[in-house]
Amino acid sequence: MPSRKAPSRRSRDSVRQLVDDLLAGDKRAAAKLISLIEDDEPEAMEALARIHPHTGRAHIVGFTGPPGVGKSSLINRLVRTYRTQGKKVGVVAVDPTSPYTGGAVLGDRIRMADTGVDAGVFIRSMATRGHAGGLALATFDAVRVLDALGMDVVFVETVGAGQSEVEIATRAHTTVVVEMPMTGDAVQTMKAGILEIGDVYVVNKVDLGNEDVLIANLKFQLEPRDGWTPPVVRTAATEGRGIDDLAEVLETHRAFLDSSGVLQRREVARARLEILENVQRQLSQQVRGLSRLGTTFERLAREVVERRIDPHTAAQRLFARTTSRRRPA
Amino acid sequence: MPRKIRVLIAKPGLDGHDRGAKVVARALRDAGMEVIYTGLRQSPEDIVEAAIQEDVDAIGLSCLSGAHMTLFPDVVKLLRKRRAGDIVVAGGGIIPEEDVPRLKRAGIKEVFGPGTPLRDIVAFFEKAGKGA
Repeated sequence: MPSRKAPSRRSRDSVRQLVDDLLAGDKRAAAKLISLIEDDEPEAMEALARIHPHTGRAHIVGFTGPPGVGKSSLINRLVRTYRTQGKKVGVVAVDPTSPYTGGAVLGDRIRMADTGVDAGVFIRSMATRGHAGGLALATFDAVRVLDALGMDVVFVETVGAGQSEVEIATRAHTTVVVEMPMTGDAVQTMKAGILEIGDVYVVNKVDLGNEDVLIANLKFQLEPRDGWTPPVVRTAATEGRGIDDLAEVLETHRAFLDSSGVLQRREVARARLEILENVQRQLSQQVRGLSRLGTTFERLAREVVERRIDPHTAAQRLFARTTSRRRPA
Repeated sequence: MPRKIRVLIAKPGLDGHDRGAKVVARALRDAGMEVIYTGLRQSPEDIVEAAIQEDVDAIGLSCLSGAHMTLFPDVVKLLRKRRAGDIVVAGGGIIPEEDVPRLKRAGIKEVFGPGTPLRDIVAFFEKAGKGA
């Protein structure tokens, strides 16, 4: 019976039914499955296990870059271009959760308003819910759902990223780094982090002018990786300039991934990462369980304060208890 | 982690007065909810499609153009047509007193006029999100 689930998301349908509906192209089932995964409901594991065999078709393209640089607007324009080619498009757009209240305002849909009702488009906004790295924990499981829904391409928009939010590059097939003119000198583009991860670089808002310096600086630091030299594309998303060029570059990269074997390598790397992450999650849940239950935990904390034990040794002891599955004394 | 309440704040119709919608969005955010704001000039079709894709618990509609008697019930009708009638709909804006009973009969759960304390609106969506 319903417990804490609200009616709109409380589903008496079995997970199997939801997945069947998803595979038949039902958007509401897709939306509910994403919620199930996002809320980390007990049924989420079964859902993902059922969905996984039906994934692997979609081209996953990640967009990252500073806030306000035009990621949502670019995606909106690209969605239209892909739609004119008859392709189905999914979008997962991530915005930050408040570290104070746990709430979020998800505003990426505003720029995508004119594509929202198209039957071949599915847009989902997602809050980070405390996950660092520019994505939410559930982002790529949501991508899986949209892949299984039959989307040909899924665009993932990270939160407005700083210099070190690079997680997207470990997940997407193609990573697009979006920048805009007048945001810093040549040293900014030499820094490590976000400016290393792109397969494609976009200089958006070229209508503002002054883009040549940035493009020159970007090109100066770009190097071929895995046999691919990242191109720099000029766009003005609000005017629709450069969008067809960008779509073409994305397709070229996709073809390159397929023919070079890089796709296969990236998929294996991602699978490794995902397995390890899930192990990590399960372990940390166990540890959290211990810390809630345990008088051991409280005792260790006191001992650390009293300088009778150091935090690292205390952690080792707590961890030993977790892995030996013993209840704390 | 407790399940997040998700709310769509939408502005159907043609007026551009979105301060109220933004204030409400911000208040719900500060109450720990996830608020999807879709911007100005949305059709009932846009709103219902977004609500379904975002799997929200509730929709808050803001309209200051006077077209609420058409647009608000249209949203409810479309939701029911899409078998999403369980999504709670509330409205706000410049709504004459005499329109309120008719809106409620059309399935609008609550109507918040000017001067409504934000805590009342927050409490309404909290209740809607918990399935009460």
